[in-house]
Amino acid sequence: MIPEIGHFALILSFCFSVALGVLPLLGVYRKNTLLIWLAKPLVAAQLLFIAISFALLTWAFAVDDFSVIYVASNSNRALPMIYKVTAVWGAHEGSLLLWALILSGWAFAVGCFSRNLPDDIRAMVLSIMGLVSVGFQLFLLYSSNPFLRFLPDFPLDGNDLNPLLQDFGLIVHPPMLYAGYVGFSVAFSFAIAALLSGRLDASWARWSRPWTNIAWVFLTLGITLGSWWAYYELGWGGWWFWDPVENASLMPWLVGTALLHSLAVTEKRGAFKSWTVLLAISAFSLSLLGTFLVRSGVLTSVHAFAVDPERGLFILVFLAVVIGSSLTIYAVRAPTVKSYAVFELFSRETLLLLNNILLIVATMTVLLGTFYPLIYEATTGGKISVGPPYFNLIFAPLILLVLPLMTLVPQIFWKRSPTADLIKKNIIPLVCSLILCVGLWVSGDFEAVSELNVQIILAVLFAVWLFIALVKDLIGKLMSHRAAHRGSILDGIRSLTLGYYGMVLAHAGIAICVIGVAVVSVYSVDKDLRLAPGDQVEMGGYQFEFKGLTQTKEANYTALTANIEVTNEAGETWTMKPEKRSYPVRQSQMTEAAIDAGFFRDLYLALGEPLTKGAWSVRIQVKPLVRWLWLGGLLMAFGGFIATLDRRYRTKKTPASGANI
Amino acid sequence: MNAKRLRLFLPLVGFMVVCAFLYRGLTLEPSKLPSALVGKAFPEFSMPGLKEGQQLDRSMLVGRVALVNVWATWCPSCRAEHRFLNQIAEQFNIPIYGLNYKDDRGKALQWLAKLGNPYQFSVFDEDGSLGIDLGVYGAPETFLIDHNGMIRYKHVGVVDMRVWREILLPIVEELQLGAGQKVIQ
Repeated sequence: MIPEIGHFALILSFCFSVALGVLPLLGVYRKNTLLIWLAKPLVAAQLLFIAISFALLTWAFAVDDFSVIYVASNSNRALPMIYKVTAVWGAHEGSLLLWALILSGWAFAVGCFSRNLPDDIRAMVLSIMGLVSVGFQLFLLYSSNPFLRFLPDFPLDGNDLNPLLQDFGLIVHPPMLYAGYVGFSVAFSFAIAALLSGRLDASWARWSRPWTNIAWVFLTLGITLGSWWAYYELGWGGWWFWDPVENASLMPWLVGTALLHSLAVTEKRGAFKSWTVLLAISAFSLSLLGTFLVRSGVLTSVHAFAVDPERGLFILVFLAVVIGSSLTIYAVRAPTVKSYAVFELFSRETLLLLNNILLIVATMTVLLGTFYPLIYEATTGGKISVGPPYFNLIFAPLILLVLPLMTLVPQIFWKRSPTADLIKKNIIPLVCSLILCVGLWVSGDFEAVSELNVQIILAVLFAVWLFIALVKDLIGKLMSHRAAHRGSILDGIRSLTLGYYGMVLAHAGIAICVIGVAVVSVYSVDKDLRLAPGDQVEMGGYQFEFKGLTQTKEANYTALTANIEVTNEAGETWTMKPEKRSYPVRQSQMTEAAIDAGFFRDLYLALGEPLTKGAWSVRIQVKPLVRWLWLGGLLMAFGGFIATLDRRYRTKKTPASGANI
Repeated sequence: MNAKRLRLFLPLVGFMVVCAFLYRGLTLEPSKLPSALVGKAFPEFSMPGLKEGQQLDRSMLVGRVALVNVWATWCPSCRAEHRFLNQIAEQFNIPIYGLNYKDDRGKALQWLAKLGNPYQFSVFDEDGSLGIDLGVYGAPETFLIDHNGMIRYKHVGVVDMRVWREILLPIVEELQLGAGQKVIQ
């Protein structure tokens, strides 16, 4: 009975979405205040019922209701309760339900935190979000219903959750990622509302910015967590694989990053309006494309797509309707948008535009690499796979070009900028960074200077330059304020905006992340070794001794644990325990790596296969600065969050007063 | 309309091209291609098995209603399919034979060790010659053969529980009745 109520709540939520998608929009055109007013209560009702639906599906998991097909295929009696709950979004149907729930949550948040928005604009934005909801909920009801039953004879026990997903990473990673994807629907809805109403001005950009920021923060966190999860859970120490699932999250992130910056230009200078709108549409379109294509499996194989042609066709039609119609609105309405801003070739506007273009080109290369197997199979019938070599070759240099631009943009003024000043500002950071890189070059193993190594050196050079320039700029600003006002340091700190601090933190995050990537790609040592109990091996300044194996039995798996004693150069000793787990229900095995994490290096031990005479293959890796990757990601997200808190997004402003500050 | 206005339609046109490819991806759906082999005898072969030293031929497949599953470690869909095959092998009274197609022996053995082995045995078709005789389009594909070794059905794509219950199982039951074999389950 409970699943049927959940199903029914989903249907009710769908009805409210339809009403939300139609009535307020109608109200705006008829100038009917009652219909416009309806937007907020409809959003609340839509959220309430989808939340009920989600809660009841969670309930079905919690009480092991295996008559529900979805529960039976993704849960098991022996599964710990926490994973029963998170198994709700462990597969297609449930994660779509989560998507729809988060979408309604965002719409509700827009309804709550938009007091400074004109009523009609708010109604339009909510209505457009409602229309997106209609599509998702229809998809759920039509071909991805998580509440379907196995009746009359249902299995006594479930199929268990994929062991890869039985992990803390899965508890938080997908919701974060989805919050990011769906968050771009707000910027998207604002853009469409602005196009439809013809009010594409600075205040539109100011309304969109905090929402875009927050969505970007979630997406950044989601990607960072995903990378971290892959690192410790997949068992071989990689942190980015260029697989379609990751690409699907990277593309909206890149476009979203471009959008953030383009919105800034539109808000402050009134320029790039049409471009910004296109970015807002693209960021959400790529989120949709990514989620759906990953969910349908079309990117891993055309065959998987064909498993359920009904689903595939629905996806395609939905994409065509949402993206096609918004791009049509853009093409028809964008000519009414005019930019009056004037700027010279060497100005902040130009550099931001250049950066934007680089980010978009990078997105295109990822898109092409992701879709190429599909295009190839559709045209020739053959199979091909596009892997890391392609992406490293094309994507990495593009991002390398972005770095120096990132350094220069905050230093240079709107409209125009004197070059002499810029050179003066960068001499010290650039020299410091050069010295560091030469040091690195001399000390490192660069016997053969391959193309990759030049890239790595440049990456470190640019990243360190960026970092030093940021710190110098920050200190310079604080000092000049102090000199001008004779105030205390605290006054100086207070005089700068949160937006500025956010920028500094986020950009520093990029620098740290790039340094981490560069160093870990060159200086990692890894070896697959054959170790019998008692064997010792020396690697990267550490001594490893294989002590032996122990076996333990847990609720839903048995674990084989290796005890490996590690001794560092200072003579300290500790034990690391990589595991091999067997999950009987799915007959699958999992490698649990043992990781000794540190700020400057990680030790990464993974247990491989049993060999003869009690020996095991063990993979030992020493990965310097690998933590910096995720540290950088967290810093970026934190910076984005700080910037969102900037006071100017909270003050009420009339639409007309926004331009040209 | 001037050129500048037309330019604004470029994103739409680009998106439509993407859609066209996606639609082609849908309509290219290989499982709709009828197999010329349905109703014909499973081709003769003599080949090594995946296990070192094994030698297999057609006679070893014949005698019971069975599934012949074409798989490879390079095929991501096969990985998705694998747990369903494990389930079918465990829960139903039907032998599953593997045809390891254009693959690497070491990787394939590792795969089975890691993910479980639903197969009675796997034929090791390194150069894909048996695949050609069978008209294999890609992996995964699954042939349903009767007790006389006649191909009765071919499924292209992943065999999941839905495909098994709705498509394969009814045919299997009918064939097993016809063969006087004990009906599965």
